Amino acid sequence: MHSLGAPPRRPGELSFAARRRLFLIGGAGLAGLMLWGLEGLPDYGDFSPLYGQLINDVAVQERSTTAVVTAVNFDYRGFDTLIEEFVLFAASLVLVLLLRRLREEKVGPPAEAERRVHTTSAAVRLTCVALVGPAVLLAIYITTHGHLTPGGGFQGGVIAATALLIVYLGSDYPTMERVGPMTLVATAEAVGAVGFVLIGLGGLIATAEFLENFLPHGTAGELISGGTIPLLSLSVGLEVSGAFVLLLSEFLEQLLEIQPKQGTEP
Amino acid sequence: MSFLPYVVVVWICLVGLYGIVTSRNLLHTIVCVAVVQSSTYVLLLAIGYRKDFVAPVFIDIPRGTPAVDPVVQALTLTDVVVGGAVTAVLLAVAVQLHKHLGTLDPDELDPLRD
Repeated sequence: MHSLGAPPRRPGELSFAARRRLFLIGGAGLAGLMLWGLEGLPDYGDFSPLYGQLINDVAVQERSTTAVVTAVNFDYRGFDTLIEEFVLFAASLVLVLLLRRLREEKVGPPAEAERRVHTTSAAVRLTCVALVGPAVLLAIYITTHGHLTPGGGFQGGVIAATALLIVYLGSDYPTMERVGPMTLVATAEAVGAVGFVLIGLGGLIATAEFLENFLPHGTAGELISGGTIPLLSLSVGLEVSGAFVLLLSEFLEQLLEIQPKQGTEP
Repeated sequence: MSFLPYVVVVWICLVGLYGIVTSRNLLHTIVCVAVVQSSTYVLLLAIGYRKDFVAPVFIDIPRGTPAVDPVVQALTLTDVVVGGAVTAVLLAVAVQLHKHLGTLDPDELDPLRD
């Protein structure tokens, strides 16, 4: 199937060179339009957005949160983040659906003969063992201190997923599955997604406004402060780490566990 | 010089589009989509930047210190997450296409061909 040259052209189809020429003309026009449009923006480094400056001025006092980006994400624009979280949730659902086992595929590790497993060296294994602990610790630190220093649930969740990927790098897929069983991962993702909504509903009950920060705010700069912000960050962290581990293991499963039906694979 | 970041935005976007138009492999196409999307990160952060202003984190600096716009930074975070989700879904589609058709060349994808 893999032809080195261009595949035969269908009637009315542009040749590769013509397509490129067309893009060079259209792209030049698009570049001109975009530059023209961007030219109307304030000069780089000179913009003073009122909304952003206002939030910078009031966030620390109003929400006891020293990392203003996190305050914007989980409080001032918390509803956006709810949608964003569900975008990731939906993407992981789509992935599970797309990469499900097809009827003609069989599950199981590849036969011994066709197996191209490289056993990891002791040096790699040792490095990975040494890295897993610090990675988990960093993930917890970044997630729980998101309202104090740069960080939060999204960043911490991705680091947590990386910790499990390090386990895979240092061993193999079955070990990774033992360390992070799929039911646990899926539960973490679901709990994270539902948790965000439940905290939002808590605000609805307490103050009649969805996602209102209804908990006591505490003192800015302390670990327990910011009201619902660290809790929302934590639930996003659970959701993101679950979603990313799910994405990784779905792709790894395609490679390592699912065998194609006979005769189609080139 | 004050316009240079916007030129970079246009450049990254167009380089990605060029890659999509001339792509011979769907994995390459997907990476190019990610490149186009990354131009929006540069645009958002360039809009929020102000000379001599600090990052909007007030843990060790006094409240009221002039800081750059936090809103566009939060939007960039959203952008990055959505970008990751889009890439993952596109890659899954590419995996299934390769299973069914045995090719990743976009030119060989023809709905009328069996």
